[in-house]
Amino acid sequence: MHSDEVVWDTLGNKQFCSYKIKTKTQNFCRNEYNLTGLCNRSSCPLANSQYATIKEEKGQCYLYMKTIERAAFPNRLWERVRLSRNYEKALEEIDENLVYWPRFIRHKCKQRFTKITQYLIRIRKLTLKRQRKLVPLSKKVERREKRREEKALIAAQLDNAIEKELLERLKQETYGDIYNFPIHAFDKALEQQDAESETDSDVEKEEEEEDEDADKREFVEVDESDLSDFEDMDKLATSSEEDDKSSSEEEETETEEKVRHTKSKGKTPLKGPARRKRAYVEIEYERETEPASKSKAT
Amino acid sequence: MAGRGEQRTRPCGAAPGPAEDHGAAPERVLFPPAFSVSEIKNKQRRHFMFLRWKQQQRKEKLANKKKRKKEREVLGDQAPPKPVPKTIENQRVYDETTVDPNDEEVAFDEATDEFAPYFNRQTVPKILITTSDRPRGRTVRFCEQLSSIVPNSHVYYRRGLALKKIIPQCIARNFTDLIVVNEDRKIPNGLVLSHLPDGPTAHFKMSSVRLRKEIKRKGKEPTEHIPEVILNNFTTRLGHSVGRMLASLFPHDPQFIGRQVATFHNQRDYIFFRFHRYIFKSEKKVGIQELGPRFTLKLRSIQKGTFDSKFGEYEWIHKHREMDTSRRKFHL
Repeated sequence: MHSDEVVWDTLGNKQFCSYKIKTKTQNFCRNEYNLTGLCNRSSCPLANSQYATIKEEKGQCYLYMKTIERAAFPNRLWERVRLSRNYEKALEEIDENLVYWPRFIRHKCKQRFTKITQYLIRIRKLTLKRQRKLVPLSKKVERREKRREEKALIAAQLDNAIEKELLERLKQETYGDIYNFPIHAFDKALEQQDAESETDSDVEKEEEEEDEDADKREFVEVDESDLSDFEDMDKLATSSEEDDKSSSEEEETETEEKVRHTKSKGKTPLKGPARRKRAYVEIEYERETEPASKSKAT
Repeated sequence: MAGRGEQRTRPCGAAPGPAEDHGAAPERVLFPPAFSVSEIKNKQRRHFMFLRWKQQQRKEKLANKKKRKKEREVLGDQAPPKPVPKTIENQRVYDETTVDPNDEEVAFDEATDEFAPYFNRQTVPKILITTSDRPRGRTVRFCEQLSSIVPNSHVYYRRGLALKKIIPQCIARNFTDLIVVNEDRKIPNGLVLSHLPDGPTAHFKMSSVRLRKEIKRKGKEPTEHIPEVILNNFTTRLGHSVGRMLASLFPHDPQFIGRQVATFHNQRDYIFFRFHRYIFKSEKKVGIQELGPRFTLKLRSIQKGTFDSKFGEYEWIHKHREMDTSRRKFHL
């Protein structure tokens, strides 16, 4: 097979060419010396005895040429010319070397050279920017750490720890005068008035309702008044506030409730579901001898 | 089918025991060498024998428990105290860098390290929060929520800028801290915390990030009040420095009116971050309500200077092949 036509007839069209890749719409050529990358009669390096390509090696572009005179000497087949780094000069060099060559090859060589220089420029620009470094993760280590984290979370008992710390801080009086829990005073009072009536102990227990100390009997809205701050409880609150106002007999209680409203801004815990369960009004009568069981606003 | 009876086959070649011990005292009874369950070749029978042995063990254990309980009841007040169950925290390998609260050297170090001006209230933290390139929605939302929690913080998008160029600009604009949230596959998975005027840089692995909307029973949005900070369980020197670094993100004067608290809880080298609103129901009871985002951090490395991956001087790197060998050894 020496003639180009024969070669193309055989390899290109009829029989197997190992460089050929067929896709649905096009044929590609995997030959490293191919100028365009497609499998064509004019681009096949095997089927053209006079052929030229541009190849790039480590940032340097070379022009490879093959002529029919050297077809018998495969190791000397491809002649290599180094192109200058300057784009225009390199184009001139290509022209110079391929001066009497077919137009197609000259044109395609210059096109390929342009594309190569463009991607080289892009590579240089990108390497100057920050590269993303991919760090491989070991699946085993990841699984182990995830499991350990879950166990640590359970062991941590975060809520309890936080609550304990906050109570510690309250005890250490870091909050100053904001919260009127006179702990020490009450402890002393407890010790002193241990044997006395339950009123004192009630007073100690009910620091929240300090307003009611004066009154003997009121309608005390324990739950719903405290909900007034949180929008979740708005519906409940509004309905119960109306209940409140309708049921309260004295003006004092109203003002007190208002005061308590503002005071209780700082007091109610909000655990949503726990609150929602209560839809009823708890009414308590404050008496001097109230039984010890007073339900707290929880 | 051969009965599943006792398989008292002696292993061949076993010498009868008592032959050696004729002269021994009569109390020392020597049994012939017993066979063990694992010597039975037949899998089914072996399994059966093993199950039987297990049942026996369980029975014995139960019997022991009952006996002990009876003894305890009988003794009443004089009973020995109940043994404390072993936990990983109990069994933790003692770390020689554990900080003693009265240690003067540590106190001196802390008075002169990079965070001293913050703890002396000379500087107010100003934080810049940013992400890695091209953050996805989750990361963006996380950064926003983080900036709502940390007072005096700003979120800026990183549009391909190099950190090394950002840092001098930040210093020029008086930022004290830089937080970079690293993202991978659309979720935030890393955190780089850099204290700016050439302070230490800590790199954490971040996991279990929950945004506000994914938290159940959450409260309203966090307000602008300065939250309190709780640092739990930072016992070693390394833990102390990490704790100080984390605490220096928040201004040192919390506003108690806001009733907000940010917690960094260290458990077995995992730092859990939570943000709550608390309320004191009485002097012995407090209710907390979780607000903002939550995440866990695991320390990966600490660098001495600001972020420099190539030439930085690492104070501590987590090397999992050396440091993860013991399950009872923790570093923070």
